[in-house]
Amino acid sequence: MFGKLSLAALPHEPIQAGGAASVVLAAFTVIAALTYFKKWKWFWTEWMTTTDHKKIGIMYIVAALIMLLRGFGDAMMLRAQMALASGANHGFLSPDHFNQVFTAHGVIMIFFMAMPFMFGLFNLVVPLQIGARDVAFPFLNSLSFWLFVMGAMLANISLVLGEFAATGWLAYPPLSEINYSPGVGVDYYIWAIQIAGVGSLISGINFFVTIIKMRCPGMTLMRMPIFSWTALCSNILVMMVFPVLTVTLAMLFLDRYLDFHFFTSNLGGSAMMYINLIWVWGHPEVYILILPAFGILSEIASVFAQKKLFGYKSMVWATIIITLLSGLVWAHHFFTMGAGGNVNAVFGIATMIIAIPTGVKVFNWLFTLFRGRLIFKTPLLWLVGFILTFTIGGMTGVMLSVPPADFQYHNSMFLIAHFHNTIIGGVVFGYFAGFIYWFPKIMGFKLEERLGKIAYGHWIVGFLLAFMPLYFLGLDGMTRRISHYDSATGWQPLLVVSLLGAMMIGGGVVFQLLQIAYSFWKRKEFADTNGDPWNGRTLEWSIPSPPPVYNFARIPTVEAIDDFWEQKQNPKHPAHEKIVYTDIHMPKNSGLGFLIAAAGFFMCFGFVWHITWLIVSSLVVMLAFIFYRSFDQDTEYYISAKEVEKTEIQMRKGEH
Amino acid sequence: MSTIHSIEKHDHHDVDEKTNFGFWSYIMTDCLLFGTIFAVYAALRPSTFGGAGPKELFSLPFVLGETFLLLTSSFTFGLVMLAQKENKKNLALGLMALTFLLGASFIFMEVTEFHHLIAGGNSFEKSAFLSGFFVLVGTHGLHVLCGLIWMILLMIQVLLRGFTPLVTRKLTSLSLFWHFLDIVWIFVFTFVYLIGAI
Repeated sequence: MFGKLSLAALPHEPIQAGGAASVVLAAFTVIAALTYFKKWKWFWTEWMTTTDHKKIGIMYIVAALIMLLRGFGDAMMLRAQMALASGANHGFLSPDHFNQVFTAHGVIMIFFMAMPFMFGLFNLVVPLQIGARDVAFPFLNSLSFWLFVMGAMLANISLVLGEFAATGWLAYPPLSEINYSPGVGVDYYIWAIQIAGVGSLISGINFFVTIIKMRCPGMTLMRMPIFSWTALCSNILVMMVFPVLTVTLAMLFLDRYLDFHFFTSNLGGSAMMYINLIWVWGHPEVYILILPAFGILSEIASVFAQKKLFGYKSMVWATIIITLLSGLVWAHHFFTMGAGGNVNAVFGIATMIIAIPTGVKVFNWLFTLFRGRLIFKTPLLWLVGFILTFTIGGMTGVMLSVPPADFQYHNSMFLIAHFHNTIIGGVVFGYFAGFIYWFPKIMGFKLEERLGKIAYGHWIVGFLLAFMPLYFLGLDGMTRRISHYDSATGWQPLLVVSLLGAMMIGGGVVFQLLQIAYSFWKRKEFADTNGDPWNGRTLEWSIPSPPPVYNFARIPTVEAIDDFWEQKQNPKHPAHEKIVYTDIHMPKNSGLGFLIAAAGFFMCFGFVWHITWLIVSSLVVMLAFIFYRSFDQDTEYYISAKEVEKTEIQMRKGEH
Repeated sequence: MSTIHSIEKHDHHDVDEKTNFGFWSYIMTDCLLFGTIFAVYAALRPSTFGGAGPKELFSLPFVLGETFLLLTSSFTFGLVMLAQKENKKNLALGLMALTFLLGASFIFMEVTEFHHLIAGGNSFEKSAFLSGFFVLVGTHGLHVLCGLIWMILLMIQVLLRGFTPLVTRKLTSLSLFWHFLDIVWIFVFTFVYLIGAI
């Protein structure tokens, strides 16, 4: 009846039971709170069915922050285990559980923290920056979001029912094949990523079309704000590589479920092909994440130095070149595979070349700051921290790109330090900066500065303490993914330093939560009354905070890069002409995005546990919802000109 | 009244352009999906692991039959779009039904081929080459099946609503999809069956 699912799937070890209990408790608290405050209807009509890109963006970021806490919990367990498990002490995690924890940490942080954070920022900012009223396909936007949520839920349900993959975050075969991983862990891994990946692909297409087709009049590509440029390139990469991920995971699934032989070690299968394919996706993936961070920091550099971005055109071209090169370097993840000297040389050189456009960007930021009138608010601090840490990460990346040397660094803690250097120091710092920078635009009030600065201090010091020691441990020969080591190695002191660093980052997280809570409490005091709290340069700052549902009462016309800045300087700019209000066409809310994704969730759950009736019935239900949507003609409505005028007058009251 | 009318007309034009461009973008991603499977098939083709290879397994005349069915269905779908332009609803519906029949016959032949292979002891479990073959041809077949289901939905909509802008937009997308599958099949026919026969 329930396939492989039985009571034995519930956790038995105390630590795992604790993890399970926390998931159940969190779910219960949310449900109880919604019921007690009678908020279900509100939650359904305002959030679950919304097609408004701003609300979807908020939900993405809330989910990403929750997943950040989950992934951070995993990280703390790993650091604590490694600080303890020396010599006679074997720490508190069994080797198998340790393997599950580092796998979950990687999967959660990349797929369910960084990706939704990125799509959240795209949703919040891109339409506003390009002067559009929504994304190209608002319904698909809602569907993408809910597909991501279902993926995240599958990954977290594995804490309560069954287990998670213990294979590392990319699940290399033959270890991830059914013979070596007979449990449901790898199946959770496959389906969680698969369903969220489809959502990412749909989002990629959605934003690509939005940026190409929906820019306001006058906004040529070379007048587009840099963040939107990086969003464009990032979404092109999503469209290029997520199909590869889908195919690769589908093949791994077929190997496990139906005895196919793509990557098995017998009957002609090729495990190395999986590793090639997964990195054809995986390497561009890190650029998908980092390019928007570059974009955010470019915006912040010019706003907080109060001058034009240095080298706009070179910034755009550097972004495009990185986009192209990112698809040509995947084999540097396995120089030791034995592809031969020539192949390694080509991929090594291609990798080193990426340092050139990235270097161009770093110098552009520095020259933007140079002789600017700097405003030392938190977004600028994160920018400075980013330039420091990301440059270190970039340099160690160049070290890793030298194939002969890589045979030494390969699979060592040096590598771990390198990619955390670029992903935390690059992606996370960049996204935090963007979060603080655009927070008032979306919420209508600024975040408190002092707590923000304390949090930043914890993060940057904690980060350096946690990850710099790993470089030295790696050079000293410590390999990654080990749950226990001999005390004669002498690694313990540095690992303890690393744990202290991680705890300090934890302090940073606590201060960030405090900052959000305090700012919310004092939101009247921190209110953003005129929609332009930072003296911004781009269109999103030209409308009230939070923006009305239709964003722009009149679609703006743009004449230059940083057009809003020009508007503020030039009283004759067309933006100052009297607005003639017109009716505005908007998408209606729809619950089908959620319902289709929910059916998908049950289908995936059925595949994980081999419950055939659940797979079939969920598929039928999903198709029924899709058919219903196909016949639905009533998907749009108009806001009358009169109503728009009323809203605008109401919203712009606070402005001077 | 006239201004609202012109707004709606303008909106439809915008929406058409977005949807067409969006669907093209989707097709490009699907193209990469097929490209990946083709690459995998190319890599695994020699890995028959002592079992039968393409030369022994595939019958070219049979596959040629499949090919003609699918190519003809693409032609008839082209005629559907011409009928739509001239607003000939019944003609369009008849041609859609014909396209559907051709597509369904294609699927029937493909299933027959798969059944034949599996019954002959050459299932996907036998070797990496056969795994690659079944997934490449099967993925194409699955796309055709989705196209057929979509075609039924659109036939009902044309029947009930005629060529409204929304229905026409969907027909245009399906037409793109159908021709795309035809192109993919040309590649399958060439790389799997023709080159396999050498």
